[in-house]
Parts: sequence; C-alpha cells; structure tokens
Amino acid sequence: MEHVVIIGNGISGVTAARHIRKRSNKKITIISAESEYFFSRTALMYVYMGHMKFEHTKPYEDWFWSKNRIDIKNGFVETIETATKTLHFSDGETLQYDKLIIATGSKSNKFGWQGQNLKGVQGLYSKQDLENLEVHAPNNTICKRAVIVGGGLIGIELAEMLNSRNIPVTFLVRESSFWNSVLPDGESQMINRHIKNHHIDLRLSSNLKEIVSDEQGKVKSVIIEETGEEISCDFVGLAAGVSPNIDFIKESDIETNKGILVNRFLETNIPDVYAIGDCAEQREAIGNRKSIEAVWYTGRMMGEVVAQTICGHKIPYNPGHWFNSAKFFDIEYQTYGWVHGSKTKPDDEAHFHWKHEDNTKCITIAFNKNTNDFLGINTFGIRMRHEVFDKWLTEKRALDYVINHLPEANFDPEFYKHYEQGIQKAYKTQLQTV
Amino acid sequence: MSDNLKQSMSLAKPDAQDLSVKQKIALAIGFTGCFILVLALFNTHFSNKSLFLTLSMVLITIGTIIFSNDAYLNTSKGIKNDGVWFKSISSRGVLGWLTGIFLTLFYIVLYFYPHYLGLASDGGNNTGLIALFDPLSQLLSGRPASQWFVYGTLYTVAILIFGYKFMLKYRDNKYEKLRTVSVMFFQLAFAFLIPELMYRLNSDVPYYDLKSIWPLNYYNFERYRVNQFIDAGDVGLGLLIFGIVSILIITPILTYKYGKRWYCSWVCGCGALAETVGDPFRQLSDKRQIAWKIERWVVHSVLVFVVLMTTAVVYSYLGEDSSKYWLTRKLFLGLVTALLTLVFILTMVFKRHELGKDARYGAMGYFVIIIFLIGLHYFSTNNTLFLFKSETLRTTYAFLIGSIFSGVIGTGFYPIFGSRVWCRFGCPMAAILGFQQRMFSKFRITTNGGQCISCGNCSTYCEMGIDVRAYAQKGENIVRSSCVGCGICSAVCPRGVLKLENDSMKGRINPTEILLGNDVNLMDLVNQK
Repeated sequence: MEHVVIIGNGISGVTAARHIRKRSNKKITIISAESEYFFSRTALMYVYMGHMKFEHTKPYEDWFWSKNRIDIKNGFVETIETATKTLHFSDGETLQYDKLIIATGSKSNKFGWQGQNLKGVQGLYSKQDLENLEVHAPNNTICKRAVIVGGGLIGIELAEMLNSRNIPVTFLVRESSFWNSVLPDGESQMINRHIKNHHIDLRLSSNLKEIVSDEQGKVKSVIIEETGEEISCDFVGLAAGVSPNIDFIKESDIETNKGILVNRFLETNIPDVYAIGDCAEQREAIGNRKSIEAVWYTGRMMGEVVAQTICGHKIPYNPGHWFNSAKFFDIEYQTYGWVHGSKTKPDDEAHFHWKHEDNTKCITIAFNKNTNDFLGINTFGIRMRHEVFDKWLTEKRALDYVINHLPEANFDPEFYKHYEQGIQKAYKTQLQTV
Repeated sequence: MSDNLKQSMSLAKPDAQDLSVKQKIALAIGFTGCFILVLALFNTHFSNKSLFLTLSMVLITIGTIIFSNDAYLNTSKGIKNDGVWFKSISSRGVLGWLTGIFLTLFYIVLYFYPHYLGLASDGGNNTGLIALFDPLSQLLSGRPASQWFVYGTLYTVAILIFGYKFMLKYRDNKYEKLRTVSVMFFQLAFAFLIPELMYRLNSDVPYYDLKSIWPLNYYNFERYRVNQFIDAGDVGLGLLIFGIVSILIITPILTYKYGKRWYCSWVCGCGALAETVGDPFRQLSDKRQIAWKIERWVVHSVLVFVVLMTTAVVYSYLGEDSSKYWLTRKLFLGLVTALLTLVFILTMVFKRHELGKDARYGAMGYFVIIIFLIGLHYFSTNNTLFLFKSETLRTTYAFLIGSIFSGVIGTGFYPIFGSRVWCRFGCPMAAILGFQQRMFSKFRITTNGGQCISCGNCSTYCEMGIDVRAYAQKGENIVRSSCVGCGICSAVCPRGVLKLENDSMKGRINPTEILLGNDVNLMDLVNQK
C-alpha cells in the first residue's frame, strides 16, 4: 500500500489527507509537532478572548482520524532525505514515505530588530504563541502595556485580543494609514478611526527601532525609529507578516526560494514531493495573485487539488476569482475580485466609493476606466454573497449592471436595513461629477 | 470542574471583566428584591402584601436594567462574548453549579411539594411565598394565587427583564431584537395576561395559553378539559377547535413558509425562557456526534409516547354508539391511523432518499409499533388501549416528560447542559416541527460560498448543539430538524458566512465536495465522478 506522508496538520495538510482518503485506500500519516489534532488557527484569538475553549477550535472530533484511518504522528521533522525517501525526526526516529506532501505553513516575520528574541516578544500564529501570550499578557497587572508592530490583519486581531483583557495597546503601523498597502484610502481611514474608537493608541508612520531588555532578558520597552520615543511595555506582538516555515528544508535537495517552489501541479523539483498551503511558492504567479498566498482557503484548495493528483487525477491548481474576508474589531470586511489600494492601483482601474455616515459601513467598487467592466468590490459592514459576485466576475458584468443588481448580492441577516438605494443614488451623483 | 477551579484560584486570573461599581450596586438592588421573596417563603408577615410584592418585582427589574445598561451600553455595538468561558456562571464553574442545583431544587418543590411554597390545603388560605402573590392574582382573575400563578409570574418577569438584557447585548442585530420583542409579547399577553383575564370573563373556560399547542401542551385534549371546553359554550368550542386546527393546519403552513423558528424562537414560552434567561448558557450544549444520535432517538420517542398517550386518553372517554355522538372510538382510531399512515407513506415515497438509514429504520419501527398497538384495540377491554390503562400512560407522561424532563432537567440544568436541553431532547412539538422543517420547508441557513475559516464560533454558540461549522466549511447549507432559527450562528460569524433564509425548496440542500473558489472545470470534474 502506498504511504502518503503529510508534514503539517493545518488546513492544507488535513484537507489533502481527507480528500486522499475519500478517493483511495492509501496509508496516510500526518505529522505535527504543534498539536495532537487539527485545530483552526484562525480561532486562536477567540480562545484568548474567552469566546471559545481550545477544544472548540477542533473542526473534527478526536475519533475522526482513526475512524478514517489517518495516522497521527507527533514529531518534528529535522531533515528530508529525498534520495531514500526518508524523514529524520529530531528525536532520531525515521519514517519512510512513498509520496510526501509538505504543508508546514508559516512563521511570523522577524526583520532583525534588536531584542526581537527577548521574553515577551512574539508573533501570533501557532498554538505555542497562544500559550506564551497567556504567560506574558494574561491580564493588565502582569502586562501593563503591550506594543504591536505591524499594521495588518494579525496586528489588528492582536489589538482586539489584548483590548478584551483591558490591556492598554500601542499599535505601531509603518504605513501612513492602516493596511493601505491593500485597502483604498477611504476604507483604510475608516478603520483608523474605528481602531482609535476602541481606545487603541494607534501610531501611524511609525517604525520599530529596537526592543529594550530588562535585567532578566525580558522586554522592558520599545524605541520608535522616527521620534526616538521610548514606550515601556511588558509585551511586544510582532505582526509584520508571515513567511514560509521551511528552515528544515533548506538542507535538502528540494528547491526553495522564499517558499518551496512548485509548479501548477504543486509538484516540487523532486518527484513524489509536493508542497501546498502557506509554505508553497508558485514558480509563476497565477493572475493577480501573489506567488505565496498565506490565506486559509487557498491552503484548503491546494489540499483538494493535490489529493486529486496523488490519487491519479492529475489536475493543475487553478484558483478562481480572488476573494477574502476579515474582521476589524466590530467591522466585517469582505472582498471579491480585485480592488487595489492607492499604492498598487493600475492606471486603468477606477473606484466608486460609498460610505455610510455612521462610519462603520462602506463599499468600494473597482472598475475598468476604459471598458467600464466590473473588477471587484470591497465591502465593510455589509455582508455580500460570494456566489453572486463570482458569477458576475465570470460573466464580466459592467459596472452599471453590478450597481443596479446590488440587492441580489446582499447577504445581511433578515430585517437588516438595506443601503442599496443610498449607494445607487451616490453612484448617480458621483458619475455626473466625474 | 478541576479546570474551572484552577482558573478561579489562579492569581493571574485572566478574567478582566470584574464587576464595575455600578454592576455591584445593581446586583445589590436585584438581590434585595429576591430577598423579599425569601422572607415571604419563610412566612414573614408583610402587613401590605401588594406593596412588598411590587417592591420585590420592581427592585429585581431595576437591578437587571442597571446591570445590563452598564454591561452593554458603554461598549460599541457588536458581539459581546468576551470572557464567556472565563466566567464561573457561564462555564460550569462554581456559580454555574450552584445556580443549577438551586433551580433544580426549586422545580422539584414546585412540581411535587408546592405546600412548601405555601400552597393552601383543603380550602385554607395560602401562606408563605404563594400568599405574597395573592393580591396580584386577585387583581387579574379574582381568585387566590396558586403555585402555578407564582411560577407564571416569575417566569414572565424573568423573560421580560432578561429579554431586555438580550436586546442590549445584540442591539446591532435587528433580527434578534424583533425576535425577542415577539417572545416577550407572547409570554406576557398569551401565556400570562389573557388566560387570567379570560377566567375573569368566563370562569368555565379552562386555563388556555393559545400559543401552547398540543403536543407541547400534552393535556389539551384530556377529558376534563374537553368537558370544560364544551360546557363553556361557543367560546369553549371555538378554543377546542382552535387547538386542533393549530397543530393540523396552522403549524404546517407556517413551518413550510418560515421553518420551525416561527414557533420555537418567536412564539414559544419555553423558547422564550431559553433565549432570554438561558442566553448566557447557550454555549454549554453538547456538540458531539453522539449527542446528536441520542437526541434523535430520545426526542422522537417522546413524540411517539405523546401520540400514544393522547390517543389512549381520548379513546378512553369516547363512546361506542354513533347515534349518541358522531365521534366514536372506532372512528377516532380510524382517523388517527389514517393520518399517521398518510404521513408515513408520503415521507417514504417522496423523501426516502433524504433520510439516513437509522432514520428510515426508526420511522418504520415506530410506525409498525403504533399500528400494531392500534390493531390490538380489537382485543382489548375498555380502558387498556395500548396494553396499559390510559390513566397510567397519562400520569407516567405527565411525571416523566411534563415535569421531570421539561422542568427539572430542561430548565434546572441550564447552567450545566445549556439552555435548550428540553427543546432539543424532549419536546414533542419540536420533533413534529423539526420533522417538517427537515422534509418540507423553505427555511435553511445559507452558507456563503468559500468564506468559512472553520473558526467554530457558530458551533460553539449553537444552543441546539448543531455542529454548524461542519456544514459551513464544506459550503453546505444547514437544513437540520433541530434548528430553531435563533440566528446566533449568523450573528457571531466573523466572516459573514451564514444567513437564515426562506427561499425555494429546490437546491435547499446542496452537498458539494469542492468549495467555491477553485475554478469551475475542477468542480465539474469532481461532481461528475
């Protein structure tokens, strides 16, 4: 029986295992050093905030794995010997594979800041990060102030988490406005205001210079590059992005760049070795997508695809229209298609922007200036239907069509107030002025 | 338990939500109100009962209002679940257990030892707690209070004040607010005021909470009630007919259009208590698959039990002679058999493929048993339809299901098993509505394409113990018998994945192997295979 070994029990690895089991009788082993069973790391923040217990983050009950004959192995792979198809573990054990799927995910970025390895300095990615957070920032007596470095999705989640335990937070954002490398200015500014409304000390255009240690090797303060200001704190959250977790592969024959290089079939340069999820890097980027996509659903899709290939149905990874979602404190965000921030916006992309006066809802629709084709939508505080936008993008609908049919895409709960009329009115007035 | 102890003993207790000064004052006010009730229970003589009863209710109400305002109005609109699993009361901690034990004891006394509460015996006067409520009962219906009047009053007050709290907690969500106003209204008007006032207008009419439909109201067609209905003239007869029409006609139509939520989380009194007082405990429901299996067997067995019991009871007081009354025993049994057979055959013909194997076997098994028992009637003497005396069936049901299950376990164990134990495992009404919701209704919870991140907030906060995430992460719509449509899964979802909807029956259940996101060709390929 062919033995498929999967390193990593995140969404990518587990999805691959499940789909291989659905389509075959192969022996499957999932290896992880992080946790015994698959859990949803997107939910770690809710464990810290007391919305859930860790057990609630597990999408499958513990009996699921043995029932589906998926072996679980707790261990840390140190080296991969591709010539003999052998994995070497840190405790000296070895394991043979016939097919290997590497799904080791990401690790938090550290850009060589002084003091970045001190006690109380960490990212938020793994189960261990959550455990360390409980040690260094369990409440506002032990952690009198926290500093978060990096204005992205993990940064704002960390801010919300610490805020839920009444720990004062200083939030250092390198950009001039929150996440404006991705978000158009109107939206980014709305989120700035929302962050400040939650009593977060938001510092825009502020870089971290260094992290200062106390006598015990624990963080004492941070110094800001621009002003030289020293902010004393007991915890520093590093949230300046993530990068592929592939240090252990560097020694092997598997070709890597920032991530493990794969073709559209998710194959590496070595036969029978595949890489999926956050740790995989496409040799050629697909469409507007980045060559490394650290997104929940792309990991899941790669798992689905690689399972097909391994079970004899060779299929290229072919993601459909881009979509994503997040939540910034109380404001939900969804995006379908491409809407670029001002820094990356192509010349022929134009935007229609509508914002509700209560400052918690807005949408931005991107369209092609020349053809008027609908390119994508960002929506804040209003839920929209994935299926509808996916269809409109495939059908290459015109901007007018999308605006006129917006009610069809609404996904807010029943009885919610609808804003389409206001949006359509704003569209008419803006169009006249353009 | 050990986990909770560790938590609350820890010096570095993570609970940042210690009570504010205002909340402490609110608690003091509320407990003063409760203390008046305790004093009454110990037979303290209040010179002016009306005054002290009013004082007690007002203090409890004010305490809850101040507490809720301070807890929710000072924060932004949005989900308010911070610290739920750190608080003793909502995470099966010491406070949770104490509350559970207290409620359970209260129900035992209420059902089986009402004289401890001060219920008068043999025409004497009420004493203790029940006497405190005499003035209010006199005011409404012109008779002294009973333990049920006391219970009904406290029940209504609890739904009103905790309903207020619930509406503040979910004040960003119009669905939740409307739903809560609805249950508060139905409790206050239909369950509490109207029956009392009806008694004042026409004391022959039995107590009738119009929204409490058979089989939840399992005693609705018992001999004494039917006699009372008939004796009360046109009004009574109208009510009797309404009782039959509501389960056979009104309920199926509304459930077809809106799902069982129109009843369970918009109208029903049990649902009202679960959604308001029980809201802090909704996350305690058991989500394991084994719990779902047990639920299916238990709740449907209760339904079979109540059908048998009611048939036997009605049978026992009907006559044989059609010249005396058109509805004879034979005709009645024939009608029951015809109805059950019709439902069974329609389901097996049109919906067989939607049933699991165990559900098919279960349905066949129960059907055979019922038909067999009805067939037995030809061999039975007067009162032993279905092997047992109808009276034995009735008292057994009233004791086991009506008292122990719905009251003692259903509500007393809120802080241990969550707020919908009764609705999920015991309620025969929920079983009927759920059966229809699963088979023949426009209602579903729609999953939004590929947006689910499997975080599990939906499953955690599902009071019915449905593993919502299991569907959402597969891109499947949620069509489950037990879903009461409270809408909380949709509310707590951080990614806007879930929406309660009434739409066409077609495409309601959509099992997909590959989620939206991968390109269309791949989906076609997989679906073809």
